[in-house]
Parts: sequence; structure tokens; C-alpha cells
Amino acid sequence: MRVDIAKGILEKNDTLAEGNRALFASKGVFVVDLMASPGAGKTSTILATIAALRDRYRIAVIEGDIASRVDAEKIAAHGIPAVQINTGGACHLESDMIRRAVDTLDLDEIDLLIIENVGNLVCPTDFDLGEHAKVMILSVPEGHDKPYKYPGIFQLSEAVILNKYDTLSVFDFNEAEFRGVVRDLNPSAPVFALSATKGEGVEAWTEWLSARIEAAKEPQS
Amino acid sequence: MHEMGICDGIVSAAVEAANDAKASRINSIDVTIGVLTEIQEEALQFAFGVLSKDTIAEGSTLAVTMLPAKSVCGECSAEFGHGRFDAKCPECGSFVCTLVQGRELRIDSMDID
Ligand SMILES: Nc1nc2c(ncn2[C@@H]2O[C@H](COP(=O)(O)OP(=O)(O)OP(=O)(O)O)[C@@H](O)[C@H]2O)c(=O)[nH]1
Ligand SMILES: [Mg+2]
Ligand SMILES: [Zn+2]
Repeated sequence: MRVDIAKGILEKNDTLAEGNRALFASKGVFVVDLMASPGAGKTSTILATIAALRDRYRIAVIEGDIASRVDAEKIAAHGIPAVQINTGGACHLESDMIRRAVDTLDLDEIDLLIIENVGNLVCPTDFDLGEHAKVMILSVPEGHDKPYKYPGIFQLSEAVILNKYDTLSVFDFNEAEFRGVVRDLNPSAPVFALSATKGEGVEAWTEWLSARIEAAKEPQS
Repeated sequence: MHEMGICDGIVSAAVEAANDAKASRINSIDVTIGVLTEIQEEALQFAFGVLSKDTIAEGSTLAVTMLPAKSVCGECSAEFGHGRFDAKCPECGSFVCTLVQGRELRIDSMDID
């Protein structure tokens, strides 16, 4: 006997993500999900973003890692509310984890919530967390060929950060080729070359992010 | 890489629906996967074998339909199929296109006794 199911395989995650999205909207919180490989500079980029935007927005951070509290402690050391999620082996964050983390934050006191996803260029892309924007970071030492190997994440990200730009001279990173492939994969995504730890180039990224935050505040037509 | 998690969703939805229908066994499950998701059919089949074990779905076939990517042009409204690296309108050359197919992760139906 044939039975129709017609259900999303990730329906549970997607439903909870919609719930998160509605909650963020009701509290006026803009949420960005930062994805990258381990060590690409997610935490450093978050710290640079905090330094640039903390006078304009009240910021909080959710740190996703397989284990440890190291990253949340780095953020908290700057006086910014930070919640650590340990996935205990899972290679990506899911919307129920975000909800539990969010429930420990006072959303009335937050304008911008930054989520650091687990270091991985594959798995986070299939999981909606209820964020407004997914943004990815690639760092120069990883090589310009990464968009060929991990096209999905480049395609799904609203913006691409090229971090560790200060190391360009020591690696054979072909920036023109990189930008060309990213354009083919995702023509509307801007690429921000920056150095998170040195601060160079960070402004173009934070200006884009502020514009996104302000646009989200306007009533949807 | 997360085919286990995806498969867990497939098996639990199928088992639930089979229980609702008072089925004695599941013969096959039909799923649709868009090619732009990060799912690999081989890994999915492997995970399915592992996760369906000792459930009513054990021994059943996972029939996977992979859907190609398709977009609609924002300039001239042309609909066109494409791969990962060429989501560009073949009619007018515009890059401003909206993806309408290719990210599906869906359980369609199943065959039960
Ligand atoms: N030269 C240089 N080093 C950087 C830059 N950004 C980050 N790093 C270094 O790269 C290393 C990893 O940075 P993190 O910010 O911890 O990277 P992450 O992606 O958060 O790492 P995980 O959370 O462990 O996956 C650190 O030693 C940083 O100092 C940069 O712009 N230039
Ligand atoms: Mg980190
Ligand atoms: Zn067109």
C-alpha cells in the first residue's frame, strides 16, 4: 500500500527555526550565522565586529563548538554576553540548540546576535537556525580553490569574508580567481577582504552588516 | 557529513507514519533531494542501513530522486536549469536569479504492508 508523507526531512529543525525567527522579529534582534573552517578566524572576526559596532548596537554572541568554553570566554572578556553551546560531536548547530541558548539571554537588551557556527564548510549550510543572514569566512591560508571544493557554503552565504588578508604575500592565493569563482557561484554576495586581528578592511564588512541590520528594521512591504 | 542526522529524520518520520497506518512493515521509502544540498546519496544509503536496523523499516529500500537545480531570472523571467557554478540566465545573461529547485530535502511517500 502507498502512503503519502510529503514532509520536509528537516521539518523539525525548520519549524523550530521559524519559531526562532518569529521570536527575533518580535524582539527586534538581528541574527547573523557565521560559518567557516576551524581556525579561519570566526572568533577573531566577531571580536573585530564587536569593536567596530559596540557603540551602535547592543551585541551578544552564541559560540558553537564541539567542546570547550574557550571562545565564549574570549568574548565575555570584552564585556559582551556570550553563551557557549557544546554540540558534543555534532558538526553543526541546529535550531533547538539556538533556542536553548537564546533562552538564557535577555533579548530585550540585544540588537545584534552573532552566532559562531561549528568549524565546518559543509554541514551548517543545510540547517536553518532562524537567522537573518548566513555569512561565511574563508581565510587566505586555506587557498583560493575552496569555492570549487565546497560550493554549497559559498552559494548559501549572503556575504563572504576573506580573512587573514595580511598574509596574502606569503601564500599563493589567487585573489582574482577566488573572486571570479565566488561570483559565478553567488553573484550577489559581496566579498570583504579583511584582517580580523589587525583591523584592516573590517569597516567595509561592518558597514554592510549595519546596512543589513537597518534594512531589517524597516517594515516589510 | 551529516547524512546520519538527515536519515534519522527520514526513518523517524516513516516509522511514525507507518505506525499511524498500522503497518506491519515498510517496503520502500521515496525521498527527494536537491543537488544543491550537502547530501551524498551513497552516504545517505549507508546511514539508512544503519538507522533502519531493528525498526519496522529494516530491509526496506530507500528510493532517492535527486532533483537538478533550477532558477527563474529576475530580469526576463526565463526559467532555466543549471549546475553549481553557472546560475546565470541563458536568455539575457542576468545574474539576478531566484533558485526555485535544488535545495529539497523531502520525504514523499512510502510503500507499506
Ligand atoms: N595573521 C592573521 N591571523 C589571524 C587573523 N584572524 C585570525 N587569525 C589567527 O588565526 C587563529 C584562529 O583564529 P580564531 O579567530 O580563533 O578562529 P576560529 O575560526 O574562531 O577558530 P575555531 O573556533 O577554533 O574554529 C588565531 O591564532 C588568530 O590569531 C588575521 O586576520 N590575520
Ligand atoms: Mg572560534
Ligand atoms: Zn534573463
